[in-house]
Amino acid sequence: MKILVTAKRVEDPESRILVKPDGSGIVTDGVNYKLNPFDEIAVEEALRLKEAHGGEVVVVSIGSERAATELRGALAMGADRAVLVRHDGPLDPGGAAALLEQVAAREAPDLVLLGKQAVDDDQNQTGQLLAGRLGWPQATCASKKESLEGEAEQARRPGLLRSADGARLTVAREIDGGLETLELALPAVVTVDLRLNKPRFASLPGIMKAKKKELKELPAASLGVELTPRVVVRRLLPPPVRKGGAKVADVAELFEKLHQQAKVI
Amino acid sequence: MSTVLLVAEQAQGALRRSTLSALTAARELARRTGGAVTALVAGHGARGAADELAAHGVDVLLADAPVLERYLAESYAPVVADAVAATGAAWVVVAATACGKDLLPRAAAALGAGVATDVLSLAGDGPEVLLRRPMWAGNVLAEVEITSAVKAISVRPTEFAPAVAAAGVAPGTVTARPVAVAAAALRTRFVELQVAKSDRPDLADARVVVAGGRGTKGDFKAIEALADELGGAVGASRAAVDAGWAPNDWQVGQTGKVVAPDLYVAAGISGAIQHVAGMKGAKVIVAINKDPEAPIFQVADYGLVGDLFQALPELQARIRAAREAR
Repeated sequence: MKILVTAKRVEDPESRILVKPDGSGIVTDGVNYKLNPFDEIAVEEALRLKEAHGGEVVVVSIGSERAATELRGALAMGADRAVLVRHDGPLDPGGAAALLEQVAAREAPDLVLLGKQAVDDDQNQTGQLLAGRLGWPQATCASKKESLEGEAEQARRPGLLRSADGARLTVAREIDGGLETLELALPAVVTVDLRLNKPRFASLPGIMKAKKKELKELPAASLGVELTPRVVVRRLLPPPVRKGGAKVADVAELFEKLHQQAKVI
Repeated sequence: MSTVLLVAEQAQGALRRSTLSALTAARELARRTGGAVTALVAGHGARGAADELAAHGVDVLLADAPVLERYLAESYAPVVADAVAATGAAWVVVAATACGKDLLPRAAAALGAGVATDVLSLAGDGPEVLLRRPMWAGNVLAEVEITSAVKAISVRPTEFAPAVAAAGVAPGTVTARPVAVAAAALRTRFVELQVAKSDRPDLADARVVVAGGRGTKGDFKAIEALADELGGAVGASRAAVDAGWAPNDWQVGQTGKVVAPDLYVAAGISGAIQHVAGMKGAKVIVAINKDPEAPIFQVADYGLVGDLFQALPELQARIRAAREAR
């Protein structure tokens, strides 16, 4: 089973994100970067599928040469090789999907795995756009029925279930009010949610090996794709500040305030 | 005049409430762009939902066919693209529900449309209407413009009041659209739906939400009891869900559900940015936490430093006593 999996470099969600005074971007001083947590889950799932069924895991990112750091991280987790589509400047999800479509055309994977969204721009659309462009079946927000505390997770079994003939994939996905199970004919596009798995840490030997693995750079311009963004960010703003911080002494006061002042109970 | 196509969501012929919020957003967009709203209802046996929308004075296209019995992105996306072609719509609007988020970008790929997801509000007039949407877990608001001919947006239902049908409004028309999707060609198959059963209101619509986090140590009894006392829904932090103490669909936060109830009670929740992004739209926030330094207190209207296992039952008892005294 050949799997193409995305590995986007994003601001660490633990970092403090502030908007520049002129609204042109965010303050990057003192901000750490890491692999998008949802993509990390996608990489883990790809590795489990490979461990269960054999095959190859190719990680792909789009961006500056700095994105190589996160690709090396995914290689250290166990991915076989990496492709960095080099692109500087603005890119919208439509552009990212168009580039990924070209990479998929060259790699011909059985499955493309992506995080359901990246925690920087929180778009939740690249996987769906890619599936639409490719005309492949899609399942978003993949999860699993078993708990992350369960035995299957301990044994690192994949949550995505491949049929015995290797032609189909069964995916449980989180929807409003429950879990929906779909069966997709491969090749397919799947985006992953939080509770599909707990990603492994890269081991020291893994990190050493990753340094020798192939990381191929591909100029975006060589892929023949129109990249002018159709969704243009005009300005960034800080969110409205919620004024909180008032304390009550005890439950009696809390009740009185909610009853008499806020009138919500 | 540009058409705003509202893609409705329905279940067994009943309109989803979130669609009425999306209708409000679609109407605002139509006003700002000088257009009019047309709705698309897709499904099988979905006539009831189409009539419900038409009662709001909206013209409805009804794509009703057995192949659309179950929502699948693969079968619904071409139906949306067909409706855009039929109406010449410049805008496509859906509610940012699980279904809307799954469907819209796939349909947009067929239309060459730029997509803005999770839109909170609109600004400006004309085709350059700006769309405000959250980034970095709600730490940043972005004003974005879509430059493609067809523009697609999903709107966060909690940010737009559900439309109410005005008395005496002339109902819109309902026009059937032929459905060209062939069941045999579909490469996606619905297998089953595991419904999270609950007698409580839906988390996204509830007037009151009582939520628990790490501080519950897995014991949600007091949380659930207070929620039931108030006829509310139960929520949970990501930490509580990850620990297996609460089901997935209880999770409130940027990556879980975004809620905007009248009252949100956060018990034993520290208040990670990710969680706060999902509940800061609540009218009143109560935080109960043992740790006086917990960041949740910074967004709480009423903070109580204390043990949730004592405070919640006491609050519940006072609420009950007050009700019985009335």
